[in-house]
Amino acid sequence: MSLQPDDIRRIASLARLSLSSYQSERMLGQLNGFFDLVEQMRAVDTQGIEPLAHPVAAMQDIALRLREDLASEPNNREANQRSAPAVEQGLFLVPRVIE
Amino acid sequence: MNDLHHVSLAEMARQLRERRLGAVEVATHFQQRAAQHLAGPNAHGDNTGAFLAVDAEVTQAQAQAAQARLDAGQGGPLEGVPIAHKDIFVTRDFPTTAGSRMLEGYRSPFDATVVNRLAQAGMVALGKLNCDEFAMGSANENSAYGVSRNPWDLQRVPGGSSGGSAAAVAAGLTPAATGTDTGGSIRQPASFCGITGIKPTYGRASRYGMIAYASSLDQAGPMARSAEDCALLLSAMCGPDPDRDSTSLDVPAEDFRLRLNDSLQGLRIGLPAQFWGDGLADDVRAAIDQALAELKQLGAVVVPVQLPRTELSIPVYYILAPAEASSNLSRFDGVKFGHRAADPVDLLDLYRRTRSEGFGEEVQRRIMIGTYVLSHGYYDAYYLQAQKIRRMIASDFQQAFTQCDVIAGPVAPTVAWALGEKSADPLASYLADIYTLPASLAGLPGMSVPCGLGAGGMPVGMQLIGNYLQESRLLNVAHQLQRQTDWHQQRPALASKEVA
Repeated sequence: MSLQPDDIRRIASLARLSLSSYQSERMLGQLNGFFDLVEQMRAVDTQGIEPLAHPVAAMQDIALRLREDLASEPNNREANQRSAPAVEQGLFLVPRVIE
Repeated sequence: MNDLHHVSLAEMARQLRERRLGAVEVATHFQQRAAQHLAGPNAHGDNTGAFLAVDAEVTQAQAQAAQARLDAGQGGPLEGVPIAHKDIFVTRDFPTTAGSRMLEGYRSPFDATVVNRLAQAGMVALGKLNCDEFAMGSANENSAYGVSRNPWDLQRVPGGSSGGSAAAVAAGLTPAATGTDTGGSIRQPASFCGITGIKPTYGRASRYGMIAYASSLDQAGPMARSAEDCALLLSAMCGPDPDRDSTSLDVPAEDFRLRLNDSLQGLRIGLPAQFWGDGLADDVRAAIDQALAELKQLGAVVVPVQLPRTELSIPVYYILAPAEASSNLSRFDGVKFGHRAADPVDLLDLYRRTRSEGFGEEVQRRIMIGTYVLSHGYYDAYYLQAQKIRRMIASDFQQAFTQCDVIAGPVAPTVAWALGEKSADPLASYLADIYTLPASLAGLPGMSVPCGLGAGGMPVGMQLIGNYLQESRLLNVAHQLQRQTDWHQQRPALASKEVA
């Protein structure tokens, strides 16, 4: 199985990337090369094996850590928005969404 | 004093505490050296391009504050000792870019926990270090701000992704640096530049404020010239961060120096058959054999072990890490921080052009891979399958550790390659990660220890891998080796050069 130009368009759209036709073509070749390498992995028999998400779960039980639902951070809006591309009155500006 | 950059970190801390050295004098010395090594299109001559940002005022102010604490007899264990941070750690006092155009000019409103802990220990920050964009790369050639070069040979790569960190320590621009390791990004550049670096057990050091690449793999660690220096740094860096990092381990901070001098008598060193195959260059093999011979002299015994899924770790890692990256990097949308494309016609146009303008080629490639393997219809075949093999790889290590105390092998199949050699072929660079990926996938601590020079007079590192939370054992083995040998004392000619 190899990826087709349509797949690249679909994945780029899902990933919110805008690729030129040159970039798409290059990406297609590279991704197909990569997925050839991945084939050996697909052939491995993993029946009955639990997926491992947190590596240390291989050593000890990992419980999701919860904390009290209390505000712990002071209001820091100005500093937090200092690197934003466009801000007005404490709000992040984006292009018009609803006409 | 002109040879401050040859003084070990432990010795420097001692002299500062005894006030035989001044924090301002030390900072100034390294600032002058660092300023000659800023990355950029104009980098030339002996410039390694290791630094992305310095700020003389910030560093001097921190040094003066450190000196005031030293004068008052207070101060932390590393008071007044300089350090530079990989540009993956967010810092209030310096810009943070993660090596990406996406974050050009970004100023974080807070410091990463690791940065904060090292400052609490008294360390003075010299600036930020070059790295592959969002830590994705093995040669530091994916930085948007220019390559970093290997101080042993400026026509070669320093390794990556913590390439600037390794180059800066090797060139004597800083006594220590922070690095991060997702699939080998501390160990491989440490090996390529002839320094010592350790990636602790996943969860030992807080990930808070480390710009996320692959969250289930990312781990911070120190890079310095010796195991003793790394032990000091690691002691300051690690510890639980329960309110800030949900994956931080509930394991108390530890003094990693305590076991440095333990005897190696009877230590069982496992040599995985799969680490010594055809892909391993002869010069690397010979250097590691020498180091193993030294360890045997110290009473260690070597035993063969098996890590049968070593080769599979490449596809498994390059499925899982891009999957996590594609999710983590979705936050870069041109709204809250970072780059924004000009004159967007609508929100979708804003997202797509912002991201394609802001991210470099390798980052976009990994986002594409990650998006694909997580997409409907492919998740089970790729992502879930990779997570299952990840567990098998972790089990293989547990099996091996029933027969040995530590595992040793190469860090990389070859010494540092020439600039540009692998940059056109991403797969070639993925394949060269083969020896570092297994420990990353299993979340185990691993380190690189210099063990001599190979082809072209380039450094070779030996990798040591320990079981979970066995960092002090690794540091112990490395320290004992470094007491017997002087490989870690060898410096590139560039490190002895005075600043202009």
